[in-house]
Amino acid sequence: MSTVIDAPKKVKKIKAVKSHGSDRAFTSPIASAVVTVIAVLWTIPTFGLFVTAFRPNEDIRSTGWWTVFLHPKFTWDNFHAVLFAGGGSIGSQGMIPFAVNSLAITIPAVVLSVGFGLMAAYALAWIPFRFSDHIFYGLFALQGVPLQLSLLPLLTFFATGVKLFGVTIIPSLHIVGTLASVWLPHVMFGMPLVIYLIHNFVAALPREIMEAARVDGANHFEVFRRIVLPLSIPALASIAIFQFLWIWNDLLVALVFAGGTDDVAPLTLHLANLSGNLGSHWENVAPAAIFSIIIPLIVFLSLQRFFVRGLLAGSVK
Amino acid sequence: MVTWSGLLSNAAPKLFQIFAVLAIFFGIYAAAFAYGARIKGKSQSKIALVIFLVPALILAMTGLGIPAIQTIMESFKNADSSKWVGFKNYAVAFQDPEIVRTFINTFAWVIISPVIVTALGLTLATMLNKMKREALAKTLIFMPMAISFVGGSLIWKFVYGYNDPGTPQTGLVGQILTWLHIDPPHLLLWSPWNNGLLMIVYIWGFTGFAMVILSAAIKGIPAEIEEAAQLDGATGIKMFRTITVPMVRNTIIVVLTTAMVGTLKLFDVIHTMTGGNFKTDVLSNRMFDENFVYLNYGRGASLAVLIFLGVIPITYYNIRSLRAERKR
Repeated sequence: MSTVIDAPKKVKKIKAVKSHGSDRAFTSPIASAVVTVIAVLWTIPTFGLFVTAFRPNEDIRSTGWWTVFLHPKFTWDNFHAVLFAGGGSIGSQGMIPFAVNSLAITIPAVVLSVGFGLMAAYALAWIPFRFSDHIFYGLFALQGVPLQLSLLPLLTFFATGVKLFGVTIIPSLHIVGTLASVWLPHVMFGMPLVIYLIHNFVAALPREIMEAARVDGANHFEVFRRIVLPLSIPALASIAIFQFLWIWNDLLVALVFAGGTDDVAPLTLHLANLSGNLGSHWENVAPAAIFSIIIPLIVFLSLQRFFVRGLLAGSVK
Repeated sequence: MVTWSGLLSNAAPKLFQIFAVLAIFFGIYAAAFAYGARIKGKSQSKIALVIFLVPALILAMTGLGIPAIQTIMESFKNADSSKWVGFKNYAVAFQDPEIVRTFINTFAWVIISPVIVTALGLTLATMLNKMKREALAKTLIFMPMAISFVGGSLIWKFVYGYNDPGTPQTGLVGQILTWLHIDPPHLLLWSPWNNGLLMIVYIWGFTGFAMVILSAAIKGIPAEIEEAAQLDGATGIKMFRTITVPMVRNTIIVVLTTAMVGTLKLFDVIHTMTGGNFKTDVLSNRMFDENFVYLNYGRGASLAVLIFLGVIPITYYNIRSLRAERKR
């Protein structure tokens, strides 16, 4: 059925290629070839590890993965070992609990940073007050503070509170070793960039709509809830995807704030530890790596359009 | 042994925590909105500011602002932060050959990889522009963006894998060299070229981002300008040099500076692939080791401050162009 419908489209496409070839020399067969070669080069490494994850252990050790094209032999055993057999440095319950940790870190961090970010962006764009500009530039400057600078003080703050000259100013939050101690830093570190990206979008909303609503007697809370929030959904979705990938894939924050305990370690951290402990045991490392890639890849491939739009909102004017 | 009950008893409290955090967040804000909406008159804006803006500012200040100041102070103290030592940490850092090595490596990273990423991204974006079936190629090149640098590092560690010459090769590079009758070296130990091999991992991961951003900028070039140039006889390389590059200049700078900041802070690739051994250490990884392996907080802080100093010119430049843009 679908082939019948697709047929005319394909003819059109071929025609289009022909008509374009002449007016743009850069889009020549050479360019096509270069792009194809790079796309293949970019995919081979991932593909190699992917294939390896399905090969029997003795094959992984004795031959390269490319030989499977001559002697195809595949097995689920490696995945079974890291997901359902567990034990040793893989962890008594396998890899799945670490994926749960990743979710339990990423979801709150994404929702809270986007939520707080949207409200702050609205305030900076549409509530006139005296230091609005200063705060905006100050936040933008904070983007330039590498998170390396704040890791240790923040860890100390979580453990013992903030002390100045021996006087406790903020008491300890008592969250060391909990999931909150991993997602809270992500929310904090994400604030400047998230506010900036959302501000770009929210500030560009038509002034007339806002003013009309204000004239009708709507207060800031109603304007936010009825106008800004619904109109911002596409922008929020893209920034949420960006944050999701960023936080899911993070290693440094996880190492510092969840380094001590497997209870809250996300997949990336566990994977880094595994590769350290198991070294060249690719029959374990390969399926573990592929497993850790799956969720962000699904999120990315299914929401790619939103994601690209979100990146552009912040980077290209 | 993994059991369903084991998995469930592990996951249940964590999933409940996700739910609880979201419920508390939305609950508090529903109440705050209901309260704020009832306040009338002039103080309404003030209440709105407190509810909308203050939490974000507190988060940004406790997460970045205050700790940054603390770390800067820390960098002038000794290993266990019990004594002020002035600039000693910095002086030692510039004399210790191992740390000097990390400066050189970081410098090489910051200069080389952003240039390659941007050049490659720009070339790809130009070539892909108006090419049919660009979507698949674009997705494949962009895909590493979704893969963590930990995952990416392992993918490439496998590509670089070492087996003794003469034995069957399991790493792709080793095999290709063997086919060319070259004895494969232990690639990750092969100083200083191993730094280049690590850069390839970053370039592989970040080129897709550069390509997508630049591609959007190229699509935004007004059609009339391109047509006018074509009427004047500009094609191919000339078109690229005289029209494309100048028109997307600002975007090129954005991509270049983003990559520079990214490489200056780069950690995951080094930590996963070599752990900073074999003369591949960089500032960010060394800072981590000073803090958490050698427990020398003063020196760790001084290295963090040096990363900060490297980022400042870029931030300054960005704020200046942001102000210029806002005034327009």
